[in-house]
Amino acid sequence: MNNALLQKRYYFIVGGIVLVALIYMVRLFYLQVIDRSYRNMAEQTSVRRLVEQPARGFIYDRNDSLLVYNDAAYDLMVVPRDMREFDTNDLCRTLEIPKEELLKRIAKATAYSKVIPSIIDQQISKEDYGYLQEKLYRFPGFFVQNRTLRHYAYPVAAHILGYVGEVDERTLERDSYYRMGDYIGKSGIERSYEEELRGEKGIRVVLVDVSNRERGSYKNGEEDELPIQGQSLWSTIDLPLQQYGEKLMTNKRGSIVAIEPATGEILCIVSSPAYDPNLLVGKDLRKNFAQLLCDTVKVPLFNRALQAAYPPGSTFKLANGLIALQEKVVTPNTVWYCSGGYHMGSHTVGCHHAGPTNLVSAVQHSCNFYFCNALYHIIGNKKYKNVQEGYQVWREYLLSMGFGVTFNSDLPFDVKGIIPTSDYFDRIYRKSWNPNSVISMGIGQGEASVTPLQMANFLAIVANRGYYYKPHVVKAIGSKDNPNKRYSEKIYCKVDSKYFDPILEGMDMAVQAGTARGAKIDGVHIIGKTGTAQNPHGRDHSVFAAIAPKNDPKIVVFVLVENGGFGATVACPIASLITEFYLNREVKRKDLEERIISMSIK
Amino acid sequence: MYNNVRNRVSKNIDIHLLIYYVLLVIIGWLTIYSSEYVPNDTTPFMDHRYAKQLIYILVAIFSAIVVYMFDTRNYSYFAYFIYLFTLFVMILVIFVGDEISGAKAWIRIGSLSIQPTEFGKVGTALALAKFFNEGKTNAERKNMWLMAALFILIPIAITLLQKDTGSALVFFSFIILFYREGLATWILLFGATFLSVFVFTLKFNEVYSIAVLTAILLGFLIYQWKDKKKVVRNILVYACCIGCVFLVNFVYESVLQPHQRMRIDTLLDKVDDPRGADFNVNQSKIAIGSGGFFGKGYLNGTQTKLRYVPEQSTDFIFCNIGEEWGFVGSVFVCGLIIAMIIRILSLSEKQRNPFVRYYGYGIAGILFMHFFINIGMTIGLLPIIGIPLPFISYGGTSFLAFTIMLFIFLRMSDV
Repeated sequence: MNNALLQKRYYFIVGGIVLVALIYMVRLFYLQVIDRSYRNMAEQTSVRRLVEQPARGFIYDRNDSLLVYNDAAYDLMVVPRDMREFDTNDLCRTLEIPKEELLKRIAKATAYSKVIPSIIDQQISKEDYGYLQEKLYRFPGFFVQNRTLRHYAYPVAAHILGYVGEVDERTLERDSYYRMGDYIGKSGIERSYEEELRGEKGIRVVLVDVSNRERGSYKNGEEDELPIQGQSLWSTIDLPLQQYGEKLMTNKRGSIVAIEPATGEILCIVSSPAYDPNLLVGKDLRKNFAQLLCDTVKVPLFNRALQAAYPPGSTFKLANGLIALQEKVVTPNTVWYCSGGYHMGSHTVGCHHAGPTNLVSAVQHSCNFYFCNALYHIIGNKKYKNVQEGYQVWREYLLSMGFGVTFNSDLPFDVKGIIPTSDYFDRIYRKSWNPNSVISMGIGQGEASVTPLQMANFLAIVANRGYYYKPHVVKAIGSKDNPNKRYSEKIYCKVDSKYFDPILEGMDMAVQAGTARGAKIDGVHIIGKTGTAQNPHGRDHSVFAAIAPKNDPKIVVFVLVENGGFGATVACPIASLITEFYLNREVKRKDLEERIISMSIK
Repeated sequence: MYNNVRNRVSKNIDIHLLIYYVLLVIIGWLTIYSSEYVPNDTTPFMDHRYAKQLIYILVAIFSAIVVYMFDTRNYSYFAYFIYLFTLFVMILVIFVGDEISGAKAWIRIGSLSIQPTEFGKVGTALALAKFFNEGKTNAERKNMWLMAALFILIPIAITLLQKDTGSALVFFSFIILFYREGLATWILLFGATFLSVFVFTLKFNEVYSIAVLTAILLGFLIYQWKDKKKVVRNILVYACCIGCVFLVNFVYESVLQPHQRMRIDTLLDKVDDPRGADFNVNQSKIAIGSGGFFGKGYLNGTQTKLRYVPEQSTDFIFCNIGEEWGFVGSVFVCGLIIAMIIRILSLSEKQRNPFVRYYGYGIAGILFMHFFINIGMTIGLLPIIGIPLPFISYGGTSFLAFTIMLFIFLRMSDV
């Protein structure tokens, strides 16, 4: 072959090389410019979005005492691959766990992943953490990660404050905010103000390397969002009063509800027996919750103030008196002669007093005859065509006073109680009944049942002469100057304010010279009404309702002590002491206080 | 003339090649630095590959100057000696060498690992240049191509024994030189045909291959049935191809190592295992593909920085360029290497001394083979075969060998 021909091969060779280069460049153009999927794949493999949990909001009482805050807790983590030889006994002593347990946990962590950190010990307290931190350099591969835990500053008000726990699956499906393992308010304020308390989650975008380890922030953190702490809440609860109330209820069952009538703010709400809210925190939550749940004698998780419906007892007479005035079946001057009982053919509702009675003295002496007769006239009123219609009118009054309904305020899980409909009586009496069939409700016995919260709210209506604000436990959200406006609506009951005087007068007389003499406080004009709620299961419940001071009510108190007997014996002094403590900030009657605290009612 | 005698050393050095070389070395070092870069690094400077590479670069520049001092005739004179010496060391490595990533191709001296094969490539280029340059009798001419083939088959055999498939393939690059010096085109076509049949059979199967080959044969027979000679030739070629088809399975099962089989299967889409067998290739493609048109910026690569790409300062260094400099940077680097190769070829054509031309074609082929295999592997067009990207990949031996190889050519073409 001649040289000239061979020289031409230079061009073939160069052409071949250029062809390969062009093919590669087309391929590069395809990979880098046309096909965008590689960019996404790069992000998917190397960029990870981590959620940063916000700290929950704090809860203060009405005087700025901190009730609930967050405690730092620490988890001891291990990256098995980075572990070196270390003194296992030393670590076991620090963690206070047996050596086998430690080795088991390390083996589990290693089996899960050699490079992803696993938890070795959860929720180490601040004190232990300080101790551990000093020693940590001796345990390579171990590090400490912090998280926040709810902490309740005082062992009181467990039912109102509630607790937080891991979010359940139904909530997970409903609310996209939550992820598996997140915490959510389960009851009390923690539940009803969950959205305010939980804050906003942050995002930390990090780069993850091929062995799944974090390697710094993505784009210098420009896509990161810091978590925002939840808003603080100011509760309406008066911490000293709450503590005092729980102290008075020691070894008794029942509840105390105190409300500031001018605002509907709940000053204290005691349900006894209670529990320490710190039991339902952190790693012991599950265990302690089960234990509380199993305590069928004390039933500490049961919030009696909201969830227990009792026969209302004589305090219910006040409501009947008001309805009777509004329905004009009586006037303040109407006098009925009590013969020591209300007679209906063969049956009699007994009364412990006798003589001529007007509304004021009927309240003063808690006259059964007067209020049975009043109810008879309300329901049997000639202007209604039948008993059903009369009964429904009466029932409507009660509903307007907050009985038989839930308030739907910020106290979760309150029950309605029972104010039966006329249909109910139609059913049980086969449509043939008359006012006497339901007459025991006139004196707060029989079919009706109400919760202590409803009774306290009714007292607020009486104190306000005709209206109430929904009882609630949170005053301000975010800052103290930002009042909680959800419950600022004035709700009027169906009784005009002009009819309240005789009732207040009767309650005053009851304290001065009636059934409630034990409630008297030096220097405080307290008025009240005793009650005894009949209890088919045992000794009657002791009930007392108090308003103070009479002319400018600052507090209404409703007390119910289960199996406490007459209202005057237990409930009355408790209500009196609560009132005295709230208004004077000190209690002079130390012997009474001592006697009540040490009193034990099974 | 006066100048020519007194100052020979730097008279006419080819400034284009020198610039390409310097640019590639700078890009290479910057990329090695980037591939090892970690923010707030506390490791001592000297523990880094980029620090070591800096030393290799200094050593290489020193060697380049030494190479430039020698008289041109020495290379021709010592060519066979150098060839045999490098072969000897390569054989020695089989027995006393260190194994690094599967290949027993390394010899350890103190803390340095040297891969003699890299110098073997230079030796072979020199020896072949000398062989072609020697006057041939007619009898010798008959066996010339067999002899030439022997020059590359010996190092291929040695590298295969070292289990260094990549380097073995590189020695095939001398076919470019052979072609330029008169190797018959039909031999190349034959080789290309076999290669196509091999790949086709692996991708599909023997039945498909035979069917397609038979169809092609029938086509030729119908169009050329009058020419008896061509009919015979076509049937012979067909028979050889069929033989090749049946060889495929044997080669695939018995000659190739399991990991090589896996790499080929991956490339031919016979397996889909993004976390396993495909992992390296996928991550390589993702790194390059995510670079986009302008890249993520120097030191800003995520896939390479986070170690998703394996061997990213050596065999997969192109991923780093692709990710951080994008399409623009990738094309620039490819263009630089191709420009260097074509410059060597065009300079070779202009030489009066044919020895330089033979040598130039030899090393241009080596550089091209490295470029072809290395880049082809990272962009997923070829199976994974571990050989370095010339002048850019980290590694003392290959960098030194490539530098000496290039400067011998620069020296000889400088007249």
